[in-house]
Amino acid sequence: MEIDRADGRTPNQLRPLSCSRNILHRAHGSASWSQGDTKVLAAVYGPKAGTKKNENPEKACIEVIWKPKTGQIGKPEREFEMILKRTLQSICILTVNPNTTTSIIVQVVHDDGALLPCAINAACAALVDAGIPMKHLAVAICCCVAETGYVILDPTKLEEQKMKAFAYLVFPNSILSVLPEVSSPAKGEPVEHGIITSITHGAMSVDDYFLCLERGRAASAKLSDFLRRSLQSQFSGNSSKAG
Amino acid sequence: MGLPNASEDLSSEMEVDAFRRLFPLRYFERHLTESIRPDARPLRKARDTTIALGAVASADGSALAKIGSTTMLAAIKMEVMTPSLESPDEGCIAIDFHMPPICSPIVRPGRPAEAAPVLSKQLSDTITSSGMINLKELSLVSGKAAWMAYLDIYCLDADGALFDAALLSAVAAFSHLKIPVVSLDYDGKIVIMSEEQKEENSETKPVNKEKRKLTLSTIPFSLTCILHKSYILADPTAEEESIMETLVTVVLDSSGQLVSLYKPGGSVLVYTSAVQDCVALTRQRVKELQNILDDAISGMEID
Repeated sequence: MEIDRADGRTPNQLRPLSCSRNILHRAHGSASWSQGDTKVLAAVYGPKAGTKKNENPEKACIEVIWKPKTGQIGKPEREFEMILKRTLQSICILTVNPNTTTSIIVQVVHDDGALLPCAINAACAALVDAGIPMKHLAVAICCCVAETGYVILDPTKLEEQKMKAFAYLVFPNSILSVLPEVSSPAKGEPVEHGIITSITHGAMSVDDYFLCLERGRAASAKLSDFLRRSLQSQFSGNSSKAG
Repeated sequence: MGLPNASEDLSSEMEVDAFRRLFPLRYFERHLTESIRPDARPLRKARDTTIALGAVASADGSALAKIGSTTMLAAIKMEVMTPSLESPDEGCIAIDFHMPPICSPIVRPGRPAEAAPVLSKQLSDTITSSGMINLKELSLVSGKAAWMAYLDIYCLDADGALFDAALLSAVAAFSHLKIPVVSLDYDGKIVIMSEEQKEENSETKPVNKEKRKLTLSTIPFSLTCILHKSYILADPTAEEESIMETLVTVVLDSSGQLVSLYKPGGSVLVYTSAVQDCVALTRQRVKELQNILDDAISGMEID
């Protein structure tokens, strides 16, 4: 059941994370997020007066522009844009600034697997940096399922291609708030176990998917701790880059 | 939704149609508490589904699938191409999804629908990851010639659950596909044989006389569900999709493998129990769809 990973990681081990915010001067909020060699830069402009056709008098509008590392934007990028947009819409409080548009520009710096989760994490940090009101943060993770049914987390590009299936999962982070408890529809399951977004590629058995969910949830707790730590350290006056 | 008290007062004296337009969410929730939907369906029941094979005579394989009033027309055109160097004995499938302005009031002429490229990516991902088609079967002469299957899906009426209908029409079109007979001419080029040539039994020999049909190993079927609070609504209409925005699409293949679990955002979080419910609903739906597809195919064979 054990697997040797090319970089010597254990199946549940994530690559080194790093996050730095406020790196672009002209954007309202910006962040770069990297997991190993995968690195994504996100910039947020807004909320600005809505000029788009799809503006809504009741809700704020979110638009996502995906910039690939090289070349033109194609169908996969369009899909990423749509997934990112829907995911961010579900974590932002849209009723605070109705009739406005918030643009999120995602620039891929390097793709070495788990690109979409990395972009979601970067966009989330950038939204915090811009001070956009949000219900909670989203943490994204990629789980891979191999032929024999074991699950590895945060794959590199090579591992992603080798595996029979993978799932991108996005969970909310745990809320530490003084507000009254948000009622959870499922009995006994904490909020951070709810899936915001789930995208899968490749066929796997249903049990494998649940295994992915379990592993993903465990890893997302670590990720969300890291995100919270790096956001707090930068808010407390220290503008140096968080490790 | 913003004015719950106002609507409470008005609801007694307002006409149903006006109430539906002014307070769509309350209108639906009122139905949901009675475990019924405005179109008289139970919550977890899909709409009537029909498949008509061979709807486009000029295509090599085609199908028209209807789920309720959502209508998809899928057609496959086969063309001979030179396979790539990396996979010399494999053919290729190119999938395109079109949403012309006739399909929905949301799509405006001259401005392509946002959903179309996303759906076509989702469809090609699903079809490749299900392993339904063995690309090696599309090979003609290794390294020299292989089939390129152009699958075009046109949405004629977009009334919700677009992906389900599109996938069903694509699968049906592939099961209807009849690969044209080709032969090698003296220059080593592939030419498509016309009807007369086959009867003449001329000096050119057909390359692919026996394999005219693709063997579809495992067929993927999908079901889209709306999650709203703790309700699960199977197979939503466009109106339901616009009001309640959390959608989960589960794709299972005929052997019970999970091909895709697709949930792009949405305000409702999905917990394990809801995932299990959606998968169970899809299991039932797969059986229904399999029967509908089998009926359509056997109906074709009698003709």
